[in-house]
Amino acid sequence: MGARPGPAIDLKHPEGLRPSGRGRFGPFGGQFVPETLMPALEALDQAYRAARRDPVFRRELGEILGRYVGRPTPITAAERLSEAVGAAVYLKREDLCHTGAHKINNTVGQLLLARRMGKERVIAETGAGQHGVATATAAALLGLRAEIYMGAEDVDRQALNVYRMRLLGAEVHTVTSGSRTLKDATNEAIRDWVTHVRHTYYAIGSVVGPHPYPAMVRDFQAVIGREARRQMLALGGPPTHVVACVGGGSNAMGIFHAFRRDPVALVGVEAAGEGLHTARHAASLSAGTPGVLHGALSYLLQDADGQIRLAHSVSAGLDYPGVGPEHAHLAATGRARYEAVTDDAALAAFHELSRLEGIIPALESAHAVAWVWSRRGQWPKGARILINLSGRGDKDVDQVARREAPAGAVGGGTDA
Amino acid sequence: MPNAGGDWGRPTGVRRVEAVFRGRQRAALMPYLTAGLPDLASLPRMLAALAAGGADAVELGVPFSDPLADGPALQAAATAALTAGFTLDGLWAVLERTLAQYPLPVVLLTYVNPMLAHGAARFVDRAAACGVAGLIVPDLPWAESGPLRRLTRDRGLALVPMATPNSPPGHLQRIRSGAGFVYGVSVTGVTGVRDQLAPDVLAFASRLKDAVRLPVAMGFGISTPEQAARVGRVADGVIVGSALVTAVMQDPAHAAEVATARVRALRAALDADGPDGPDGGDGDGEEGRRPT
Ligand SMILES: Cc1ncc(COP(=O)(O)O)c(C=O)c1O
Repeated sequence: MGARPGPAIDLKHPEGLRPSGRGRFGPFGGQFVPETLMPALEALDQAYRAARRDPVFRRELGEILGRYVGRPTPITAAERLSEAVGAAVYLKREDLCHTGAHKINNTVGQLLLARRMGKERVIAETGAGQHGVATATAAALLGLRAEIYMGAEDVDRQALNVYRMRLLGAEVHTVTSGSRTLKDATNEAIRDWVTHVRHTYYAIGSVVGPHPYPAMVRDFQAVIGREARRQMLALGGPPTHVVACVGGGSNAMGIFHAFRRDPVALVGVEAAGEGLHTARHAASLSAGTPGVLHGALSYLLQDADGQIRLAHSVSAGLDYPGVGPEHAHLAATGRARYEAVTDDAALAAFHELSRLEGIIPALESAHAVAWVWSRRGQWPKGARILINLSGRGDKDVDQVARREAPAGAVGGGTDA
Repeated sequence: MPNAGGDWGRPTGVRRVEAVFRGRQRAALMPYLTAGLPDLASLPRMLAALAAGGADAVELGVPFSDPLADGPALQAAATAALTAGFTLDGLWAVLERTLAQYPLPVVLLTYVNPMLAHGAARFVDRAAACGVAGLIVPDLPWAESGPLRRLTRDRGLALVPMATPNSPPGHLQRIRSGAGFVYGVSVTGVTGVRDQLAPDVLAFASRLKDAVRLPVAMGFGISTPEQAARVGRVADGVIVGSALVTAVMQDPAHAAEVATARVRALRAALDADGPDGPDGGDGDGEEGRRPT
C-alpha cells in the first residue's frame, strides 16, 4: 500500500492536527487523551526513558526473558512448508514463549516498569484473553495486583482464558458497554485509569494508545527481531521477506524493527475476515481511513461521520478496528506493505502448518502463514521468508473444531 | 479583529461566551445535553426547554461511539442518539435554522474523531456558520491543541481548555491563553452522577480561579441542585450533564418538560444560594465566589 490519504485528512498536513513533534511517527501517533492522563503519560515517559538506560533494569528484564519467558526463542527452518510454497521459509517461534505467545515479552517489561514506578495495581484490556493472561502471569511473577477488562462477548467466547486469568490471581471485569468486545474493553480500561491514575499502571497490550505506549511496547517486543536477525545470519543469510500478522501490530513491529534499515521486504498481514468488499473485516490499513481512537492518530475502521465501526475476524487477537501509529507511518512511507487475508485462508493455513510441520499456529499467526501460502509457486528464486509465528494455536483448537464440525458433532472427525 | 464568521453585527462566539460570565452575582448554569436525544428533530425544542428553565449557556454533546471520558449515562445517551439516526449533517442543518434566534451561547462538546471525519477546518467552519459559540474537546489535551486553537481563533470561536485536580501548575499557566472559560473537571474520573461531591472540589475551583484568570465553570459529577449550589458559591459556572441526560432518557416522551423542570430546580438552588441569597455567606469557611 502506498500513501493513501483518507477522505478527510491530508496526511502531510492533517488539518487541525499537525505533528507536535513528540510521540509522532510522521503525522501519526500523539496523545489524544483527557487532560487527567497527561501528567501520567509524562511520568510514564520519563520513567521509561530512565529505565531503558538503567543497567539494573535491563539486566533484570534480560534475566526474566531468559529464565522465565524462555528466550531466545528458536528459528525453525520449515522444510516441508518450504517445499510446498517453493521458497525457503523460516519460523520465528514466539509460540514457544511462556504462555504461548509474544505478548509476554511486553507484559514483563511493562510490569517491571510499573513496579519500579511504585504502582501496585495494574490494569489491562484484553480481547481473546492472550494479553490478559500475559499480564496476569507477569503480575503473579512480580507480586502485583492485576485487573483485566474484557468484553462480555469475549468472556463468553474465551471462557478458558478467563479461568486462566483468575487462576493466576487476576480479577476479570466483564465489560457490557458498547460493542462488548476489545474496543470497549479498552475504553473501560482507560476510564479506570482516568479514575485511579495516581496508583494504577495501565499495561496496554499492543503498539497502540497514546505516546509513549507505541514506542515502548515496540521496544519491549523488538527483542524478537534482534534475535531473529542474528539467527538468520547464522542460518545462511538474511531474509528477503519478513512477514507478520497485524492486529494492533505488536508482534509485527517487534520483528520489523531490527530489520528497518536492511534491504528486506516488511509485510504486515491484516485480517480480511469475510472479505474486504464486505463490512466484516479488521483490515484498518488496507481498508480504513485516518482518525483518532484510543489516544493516537492512525488508520481506523469508521463511517463517514467518524463513528468507529466494529471489526470482524475469525481470530479474536486481530479483531480490532485500529492499528498502531507506527504501522500507519510505515504504510504511508512505503517502508512496509500491508496485505489482508480472509478467515477461510487463515483457517486453511492453520491446517497446512499443523499437517506439514507439526506446529499448530495461533489463528492470528496463521494469517501470516496464509499470505506466504497464497503465493506458493510464485516466489522469486532465492526468496528467504521469515514468518513471525506469534503464538501457538492450542487456544483456538476448540473454536476451529466447532466451526468445522457439522452441528452437534464436535470431536467426531473422520480420523476418530 | 473582524468577525471571520461574516455576519457583522453578531458578536463572535468568544464574546458571547465571555458575556455569560460578566458582572454576574451568581454562578452561571450550563446544562449539558447530548445532541439527538431523544432524536435530532426534537433538538430545537430541547434547546428551548433548557432556555425556559433558566440556563445561561448550553453545552451540546456530539455523540461518539467511543466516548472514553464519559461514564455509563452519557455513553448510553450517545449510543441512543446514534441509534436514533444522528448525523453531523443533520446536526448542522438543525443548528443552522435554530441558533440564529436562540438566546443562549451554545458550545459544542465533541471528541476528536468526529471532528476530523470531515476535516477539522470544515468542522470549525460549519460550527461557526451555524452560530456555535465554542468547542470543548475532551480527548484533545492542551498540548495537542495548537492547530485547533488557531482554527477556532480565526473564526472567533472559544476553544475551552480543561483543567483537572491533578493538572500541574505549568498546565494552569499555559491555559491562560484559552478563550471563554476554563472547564474545571471536578474529579479525576469520567462523567457521571455521584452521590457526593469530590471532597476537594471547592478548594480546587478556587485554586483554579487564582491560577487561570479566566472564568471557571466546574463539571463532572455535579448532579443535584444542592451540589450545584455548593460549587456555585466558588465557581463562576456550573455544568450539569449526566443527571439531566439520565432524567431525559427515563422519560423521552416528556423530554422537554423534564429538561425544563431539572434546569429550573438547578437555577433556583443557584439563585437562592448566591452570595446575596438567603444561604449566602453562611460562615462555613468556604471561600465565596468572586464576581469576575
Ligand atoms: C498470538 C497472537 N498473535 C498476534 C496477536 C495480535 O496482536 P499484535 O498485532 O499486537 O501482535 C495476538 C493478540 O492477541 C495474539 O494473541
